[in-house]
Amino acid sequence: MCGTCGCGQGERRVEDLHHHHAHDHAYHDAHEHTHADGTTHSHPQGPAEHHHHGAEGSRLLSVERDILSRNNAVAAENRRHFQTARTLALNLVSSPGAGKTALLVETLKRIGGKFPLAVIEGDQETTADADRIRATGVPAIQINTGKGCHLDAELVRSALVRLGTPENGVLFIENVGNLVCPAGFDLGEAQKVVIASVTEGEDKPLKYSGMFAAAGLMVVTKTDLLPHLDFAIDRLIENARRINPTIAVLQVSAKSGEGMDRWLHWLDTARALRLAAD
Amino acid sequence: MHELSLATALMDLVREEAAAAHAQRVTRLVLEIGALSHVDAQALRFAVDVAARGGPAEGATLDIQEPPGTAYCLDCETSVTIAARGAPCPRCGGAKLLVQGGDEMRLKEMEVV
Ligand SMILES: Nc1nc2c(ncn2[C@@H]2O[C@H](COP(=O)(O)OP(=O)(O)OP(=O)(O)O)[C@@H](O)[C@H]2O)c(=O)[nH]1
Ligand SMILES: [Mg+2]
Ligand SMILES: [Zn+2]
Repeated sequence: MCGTCGCGQGERRVEDLHHHHAHDHAYHDAHEHTHADGTTHSHPQGPAEHHHHGAEGSRLLSVERDILSRNNAVAAENRRHFQTARTLALNLVSSPGAGKTALLVETLKRIGGKFPLAVIEGDQETTADADRIRATGVPAIQINTGKGCHLDAELVRSALVRLGTPENGVLFIENVGNLVCPAGFDLGEAQKVVIASVTEGEDKPLKYSGMFAAAGLMVVTKTDLLPHLDFAIDRLIENARRINPTIAVLQVSAKSGEGMDRWLHWLDTARALRLAAD
Repeated sequence: MHELSLATALMDLVREEAAAAHAQRVTRLVLEIGALSHVDAQALRFAVDVAARGGPAEGATLDIQEPPGTAYCLDCETSVTIAARGAPCPRCGGAKLLVQGGDEMRLKEMEVV
C-alpha cells in the first residue's frame, strides 16, 4: 500500500499469489514511479504564469494537460515494459457477461504451450474468473476494483509485479464488464479488443461509441445462438464501422468452436508483428 | 461513476500543479471537455464538487468549455462538425467519418492565490 497517493486503499485489491514467483521481466519497484508523469516536464520553469487576473493577488496558470495524464504516464511505462519483453498485451472489454472469460478459456486451451501466456482478470468482486483461467494451467491474477468500474494502468502495473510478464508471448487483460469507463483508461495495451455478443442488440456500437472507436478489433461472440435470435449481424458490423471505419471484425462461438481458428490466426499475426517490431 | 473517476484524477492533477506553483489555494478551474468525450458536464460538476472537498480547490469556480466534435468525411473529403460519434456527415450524409477532435478532456488553466 502506498501512503502517499492512497492507491491500494479501500476495496481496490490485487490478489496475493504466494505460490507464484516473479519472472524475469517483472516490475520490481511498483511504487518507484507512482508519481512520475512525463508531461510534468513540459513546464521546466514551472507552469506559465500570466498577468494579474480575477481576484486580488491571484495568478492564472496555463496548464493544458489531459485530465487522465497520470494514468497515461503509467500506461506509457507499461507499454515500454511490454515492448522490452516483446509481449503482446490485449485489453479485452465488453458489457457484463458478453463472454470474455469463456472466449479466453477456449483460446488458452487451444494455444496450449505454444508460447508464453498470462491473464489479468479485472472484476469488482470475486476471484471466480481468475480461478476459471488457472484451471487451464495458465498463470492468472485477479484484480478487484471494488467500487471502481474499470482497470487503470497502476493496477495493471501492480498485478504484473506479482504475475510476471509472458516474454515473447501474449498477456490478456480482461477488463471489468463495462462499455463506458474502460474506454478512457489506457493500460499500456497494444490494442483494445471489444467483445460483443449476439444477444446484446445491433445498436451497441452507437450507444457506446467511445469504446468501439477505441478498439482495433471487434469479436462478435456466442454465434451459436444466432438460429434462436432475431439478430442481424450485418447491422452490428455496419454500426461498428460507422463509429470506426477501420475496425477489424471476427465472429466466434466459444461454445461450438466456430470461428476460433480465425481468432487464433489473428492472434498469431498480432504476436508476429509485436515480435518483429523493435 | 465515470465522472467521479475523472474528478478524482483531475484533483490529483490540480494538487500537483498547485504545489509546483507554490499556490495556497485554487480559485478557478478551466476545463475543456469535448462534445464527443462522453462526459456529462452536469455530472462532472457535481463530482468535482465532491472530489475537491478538503483539498486546495475546494469551492473553486468551475468553467467548462465544450468544443464541438470535428471529423473528416471520407465520402465528400471535407472536415465537418458533428454532434455525436456515428452521426452522418452533415454535408453529404455519408457514414464514413474519422473523428479528428472534440474528445478532449483537459485541464486548461487554473487561477490560484
Ligand atoms: N451459447 C453460448 N454461451 C456463451 C458463449 N460464451 C459465453 N457464454 C455464456 O455467457 C455467460 C457469460 O460468459 P462469461 O465468459 O462469464 O462472460 P464475461 O464477459 O467474462 O462476464 P463478466 O466477466 O462477468 O463481465 C456464461 O453463462 C457463458 O456460459 C458462447 O459462445 N455461446
Ligand atoms: Mg469474465
Ligand atoms: Zn461528407
